[in-house]
Amino acid sequence: MSGPLRTGIRRLQRLREGAIGVVLRLCAFGAVAGLLLIMVFVFREALPVLADPEIMREANLGKYVETPLWQPVGDVPKYGILPLLVGTAKVVMVAMLFAVPFGVLAAIFASEFASPRLRELLKPAIEILAGIPSVVLGFFALIVMASWVQGVTGSTIRLNALNAGIALGLGVLPTLFTVCEDALRAVPRSYREGSLALGATRWQTAWNVTLPAAAAGVTAGILLGLARAVGETMIVLMASGNAAIVSGSVFDSVRTLSASIAAELAEVVVGSAHYSTLFFLGALLFTVTFIINVAAGAMTSRLRRQLSGA
Amino acid sequence: MTVAPLAAPSRSLVRRGGSGVDFAGGGLTLLTGFAAFLIVAMVAVIVGNIVWFGWRTVTWEFLVGSPREGMTAGGIFPAIFGTVALVVLMIVALIPIGVGAAIYLHEYARPESWFTRAVRFAVNNLAGVPSIVFGLFGLGFFIQFVGRAIDHNLGLDVVWGQPALMWAALTLALLNLPVVIVTTEEAFRTVPRDMREASLALGASRWQTVRYVLLPQAMPGILTGAILSVSRGAGEVAPILFTGAAYFLPYLPTSPTDQFMELGYHVFVMATQSPDVDATRPILYGTVLVLLLITFMLNLTAILLRARLRARLAGRG
Repeated sequence: MSGPLRTGIRRLQRLREGAIGVVLRLCAFGAVAGLLLIMVFVFREALPVLADPEIMREANLGKYVETPLWQPVGDVPKYGILPLLVGTAKVVMVAMLFAVPFGVLAAIFASEFASPRLRELLKPAIEILAGIPSVVLGFFALIVMASWVQGVTGSTIRLNALNAGIALGLGVLPTLFTVCEDALRAVPRSYREGSLALGATRWQTAWNVTLPAAAAGVTAGILLGLARAVGETMIVLMASGNAAIVSGSVFDSVRTLSASIAAELAEVVVGSAHYSTLFFLGALLFTVTFIINVAAGAMTSRLRRQLSGA
Repeated sequence: MTVAPLAAPSRSLVRRGGSGVDFAGGGLTLLTGFAAFLIVAMVAVIVGNIVWFGWRTVTWEFLVGSPREGMTAGGIFPAIFGTVALVVLMIVALIPIGVGAAIYLHEYARPESWFTRAVRFAVNNLAGVPSIVFGLFGLGFFIQFVGRAIDHNLGLDVVWGQPALMWAALTLALLNLPVVIVTTEEAFRTVPRDMREASLALGASRWQTVRYVLLPQAMPGILTGAILSVSRGAGEVAPILFTGAAYFLPYLPTSPTDQFMELGYHVFVMATQSPDVDATRPILYGTVLVLLLITFMLNLTAILLRARLRARLAGRG
């Protein structure tokens, strides 16, 4: 009697186990599906820029490069993206010039020199900075910092690439610092001990032994910071002045790719040339950050290989 | 006996090399400390400024009142309410899928299979997609595609095919999916192997092991992920710009298809589009302080939980 019943229960249980496995697998597939859907739907709405004859007449790739003017609203809208590209490059450059030295030096300090007590002061500060929403950094840059920057530089334009760049640098600093510090700490103690035993000073050890050993990870940190800087929206939207002009000066206002999308999409007619163009900018942002992130991922796994192989 | 005398002088040699001989190196060492000090100082200045100019505004009336007179007076209750509604909906959608995915990755998947690698690749890169692109996606997918399809099939006018609380919450859920997956997986890693093996040896099935042995152990980690994602969800503005946030609403949202006010968006609106900047300033500072306090407290809780978890991992040896 109990034989068939037991096999029945066992079969039922196996069925349940299998079903749960499938459900969990589907959850995991959710991440893949999410990434694919983002790609498909952002590119789908951007596609008319490349394919729809009517929209191509109003705004097309040729015009994007030819006209150095971004005036999407008006009798004759102009969709030249050059000012946005220049603006993005300028702000990102300032941000990285600010964040890389600070982030890398502070990471070296935290992993190589700081006493545990000093590290206990630095780490929470970084965590707090990481927890500050970007809209709050944007608010601070707009209301407070812009006046300070203007006071120091004597610039005539209050909201400019320099101001937005510094605020953006603060925004990406935690990512950069954390990844760099993790990489430095992952370098085995024996490397440092070997160097110190050979008579090298602590700075020589940090600079010539630990940093080169962690180079791939430090590069990954810088790349991740770069990707975040390119895509970050609220800080530049609030602190940059948003004037789409082509200029080399950091004291001019700038409009970035991300800020254009954020500022304009809400008022745009769905399916219009302007709408497709903004999605095209989004597709551009997605592609650039995706490539940088993949490169950063490759660097991280290279670091792991190097350190585990040693 | 033979080791101790050898160890002592070598340590003192190292110390002498570090401070005395190499002046340039000493200077550069100081420079790294200076960089670290400046970071701490900048964070202190930002937080200090916001607290200093904000704390007077944050009263009970401010927290429970509605904006009045073109946002130059009154409170921020609708924005707080909207933020809470947003993150609650987000969590409901996010946690089951995120935790499920993490369980799959850590307990079920073969680490080298192409599917597992595809999932890990997607998780890593999803975390790097700019938040504004999530906003575009929310508009293009949830509103224009899914929402419109629902309206069309139910024969409705425009109900789902427009910016709404639900779409903003789902957009944020996708944005935070990597956060939950990564922290949950980390939590599962802290559960000792022996517990898994003991459970399986006693005849428990794989799912029973997960459900009754691993999940309870991993709870603090899952909670950490949930809290971090709430904190991020409450602060992110770019993804909700076109998916549901509203400038000003005279009523509170009562259904997932309503638009809503939100703290971060409220800060953005008041900071950039106020007709009278000076009159708005105290309210603006107060709102920023409330937003900062909420995210700060959530992050603090998450950090403490994670520290406990990591201590357990380290103690396991």
